[in-house]
Amino acid sequence: MSDNFEPTIIGFLCNWCSYAGGDLAGVSRLEYPANMKAIRVMCSGMVHPDLILDALKKGADGIMIMG
Amino acid sequence: MTLSQIETVQGEAGNFTVKIKKNPRFVDEEKCIACGLCAQKCPKKVDDEYNMGLNKRKAAHIKYGQTVPLKYAIDAKNCIYQTRGKCGVCVDVCPTGAINHDMKTEYIDIKVGAIILAPGFKPFSPSGIDYYGYDEIPDVVTSLEYERMLAASGPSMGHLKKESDGKEPNKVAWIQCVGSRNTNGTNNGYCSSVCCMYAIKQAVMTQGHLPQGKSDQTIFYMDIRTPGKEYERYYETSRQKGVRYIKARPHTLLKGPDGSGVTLTWTDDTGKNHEDFFDMVVLSIGIQAPEDAMDLARKCHIELDPFKFAKTNSFDPVATTLEGIFVTGSFQSPKAIPQSIASASTAAARVKAVLAEARDTLTIEKKFVEEFDISGQEKRIGVFVCSCGNNISSVVDVNAVALFAKSLPGVAYVDNQMFTCSADTQDLIAQTIKDKNLNAVVIAACTPRTHEPLFQETLQNIGLNKYMVEMANIRNMNAWVHPNEPEKATAKAKQQVKMAIAKVTRNFPLADILVNITPRALVVGGGLAGMSAAHNLANQGYETILIEREADLGGVANTLLKTWKDEDIQTHLAALKEKVTTHKGIRVLTQTTLTAVAGFVGSFTGELNVNGSAEDIEFGACIIATGGNESKPAEYLYNQDDRVMTSLEINARMKTDPDWAQKITSAVFIQCVGSRNQYHPYCSRVCCTQSIKKAVRLKKMNPQMDIFILYRDIRTYADMETVYRQARDLGVIFIKYTRDAKPVVKQENSDLLVDLFDPILQRIVSIKADLIVLATAIVPNDTTPFVNLFKCSANADGFLMESHPKLKPVDSTVDGVFLAGICHYPKPIDEAISQGRAAASRASVILSKKTLKLDAIKSCVTHNCDGCALCVDICPYNAIELVEYQDEHGKKHRRIKTQEALCKGCGICAATCPKEGVVVNGFTLNQLKAQVDAILEKTI
Repeated sequence: MSDNFEPTIIGFLCNWCSYAGGDLAGVSRLEYPANMKAIRVMCSGMVHPDLILDALKKGADGIMIMG
Repeated sequence: MTLSQIETVQGEAGNFTVKIKKNPRFVDEEKCIACGLCAQKCPKKVDDEYNMGLNKRKAAHIKYGQTVPLKYAIDAKNCIYQTRGKCGVCVDVCPTGAINHDMKTEYIDIKVGAIILAPGFKPFSPSGIDYYGYDEIPDVVTSLEYERMLAASGPSMGHLKKESDGKEPNKVAWIQCVGSRNTNGTNNGYCSSVCCMYAIKQAVMTQGHLPQGKSDQTIFYMDIRTPGKEYERYYETSRQKGVRYIKARPHTLLKGPDGSGVTLTWTDDTGKNHEDFFDMVVLSIGIQAPEDAMDLARKCHIELDPFKFAKTNSFDPVATTLEGIFVTGSFQSPKAIPQSIASASTAAARVKAVLAEARDTLTIEKKFVEEFDISGQEKRIGVFVCSCGNNISSVVDVNAVALFAKSLPGVAYVDNQMFTCSADTQDLIAQTIKDKNLNAVVIAACTPRTHEPLFQETLQNIGLNKYMVEMANIRNMNAWVHPNEPEKATAKAKQQVKMAIAKVTRNFPLADILVNITPRALVVGGGLAGMSAAHNLANQGYETILIEREADLGGVANTLLKTWKDEDIQTHLAALKEKVTTHKGIRVLTQTTLTAVAGFVGSFTGELNVNGSAEDIEFGACIIATGGNESKPAEYLYNQDDRVMTSLEINARMKTDPDWAQKITSAVFIQCVGSRNQYHPYCSRVCCTQSIKKAVRLKKMNPQMDIFILYRDIRTYADMETVYRQARDLGVIFIKYTRDAKPVVKQENSDLLVDLFDPILQRIVSIKADLIVLATAIVPNDTTPFVNLFKCSANADGFLMESHPKLKPVDSTVDGVFLAGICHYPKPIDEAISQGRAAASRASVILSKKTLKLDAIKSCVTHNCDGCALCVDICPYNAIELVEYQDEHGKKHRRIKTQEALCKGCGICAATCPKEGVVVNGFTLNQLKAQVDAILEKTI
């Protein structure tokens, strides 16, 4: 793996906790890499296993489910 | 109205005039977008009081990230411009021109019918008390400072560090009751109620912050007071996890060698001295009345108690001494979050009753234009990219993002604004929707959590369905967190916009759900809590049915005599029964039980068994207040010797034979009988105070009587500590025992003897008793019928569960069903009454509306459903049922049906379904997949 590998990470963020945490990270001006793209869900429980497999199959390097 | 204080209060209940002093914020709340540039550039650094001075903030600041309202303020005491007339850099950098250094203090008169005082409390300061060493020893901190150190949002980002050398502490000690239960040098002769639990929590959290197995936590205590719901279990678990508990008050704290850490010295029960070294010592500081309590009391014409908390009585625990002025939270007496929240609802309930006649007289209903039909149309999407002043545009190339958006399929219009949230831009968006025939909108700006409702309303105002807007969060989740990577941030913003477009392309109009409300309440249980609830609801103007299983109202309160404040319970109870039975709004049904329930919040139906005959009822909300009772023990010669009786039995005896106490020369109270053990692993909350109050009464009736109270921990929380001190002053003898060395009660000849080990005398003592009173565990009346009828939950002890143990303490786990009194947890009568009214307040939130409006983000069955029912059991809200239907050939099929009023849109059903037979509107698998695809397609 080369040093400049930039993984594509998909984050499923629960509207009530981790998405709010993501907002707060912004308000607090915390910095983190731009690789993670967030998809807002109403509960981490709504993330279907197919969705994860599908994303990995299509080339996602990592999935984060935060709830 | 923030930064505001009461100046004067005039008038009377129903018609007060309050003069408010509104201090200047120097920031226009309408204009401030909370971008934080003023704070970034402000040159003046001051101690951050939110983090207990552990770090610095600026003179232009918000108190903390979740501040409400999220608007900056300039602290006039520290601002260079305000103090010296120069600087003003905040004015130059503010992108919206919100800073106004000329704002003046305003005085505003408002007319109100009732007032609620909730000024909070002041933490005790250990500064100036030499034996705690707080001023001298860097590694002695207060519990509030430690709390901030533990917090991920705190000054050290949740990493524990010693102030002396910056190293991580391994060994931490807590000293309890600092500034509480102490009349030596302070006037704080009460228990602060919360410190035992927070110290235990901090000790357990500390284990999580430090390397496993290497850390050591010790709590020095007088009594461990964990009398709240699930608190005792938490305490027991902490012991199993290795938190050490030492019953002692360390008398000397010295700076450790090299100026780091603390050497503690204490004496144990046997008189032996101990010395140990700790890396850090946390002082568990108590709660005091607010700094301006006296001033506030004077302005509001109310009386305070000797500790400067608002004076109240047990039967109306939130009413101050002036009619129409109520109090909630720790200004009433020190309380933990659940009691604080419940008492807030209680105060609201009392106010709602005062203002019942005026309800809805000042309400203005918002009306929207009729929605236009977009069915069958190709998507014409409008994309609005926000610069947020330069909050977004200083990092993200917004023009590049807008240009990119234009290239995407379905996009009909793209624009960039300085502020998409401003009122004129709202009008512009609405006009553009109309002019350009848009049927879907993407806003690339801040977070949907705060701004989606605003844009939804913009759509509604022009007649476009409000679910046709999606937001791309390019500020909080992009520009603000990637300030040093503008190229990557711009690329990410493009992807975020693409995702939102992909999603909105698959949006379709949804209708909010309306539930009709039956404006009637059902209260189950006619004890103090239930009657208090029913009476308040009726006073608020809601029709109420109060059902009671027994022939008489009153429940277990019928057997009680006096509160710990010596107020007569029977007088109050009789008056309340009279009020409830004669109130036109209350239908009292005794010898009645609830036998069946259907429906959901706002629209329940039920069946009653009224003295043998069935009756159907309809109701919009239900309060369960079915109470509890003392358990009957199978130890200490109970039922074998007449001189051994329970707390309630001695009440009955004292009621019928007031002179009986004169004949007794020696009485022994045994606490925690059947409580805090494997059978009832919880504390019954009221027994310590009850036994001590009885002991005081007996001692006053017969000062010659020897009275012993055998206890494990005395739990006279809050101001009930007063009665504990009174008992000791009167000569009641307290002997502590442990679970492993319980007292032994035996008969010798005709004598009744109690043997136990006295830790002070360090020997076994034998007490001859004429009377033994057993403070037995309080158990709930059977709650299983309600678990079955409403599908609500009960804990392992049979107490009904609240929706959230801290934040929703009177809501059950089912919407529209509320809890009050002992069915929720053992509690003294002031708390039972308070909770009854709190439940009434919560229920009236539903009953006050004609219809309940719920959002459309609900689960919805699709034609793929084959009735496998996997989702039925997994739904945490019991919102899904299996129904049968016939197809056109008359063949029967099964499939699921969602009760939309119960569904919370969590989508666990959708994630469980193997065939997309159920989806959540607005978050369908299709919509989520489209967003995944938008991320993974390499087109940017």
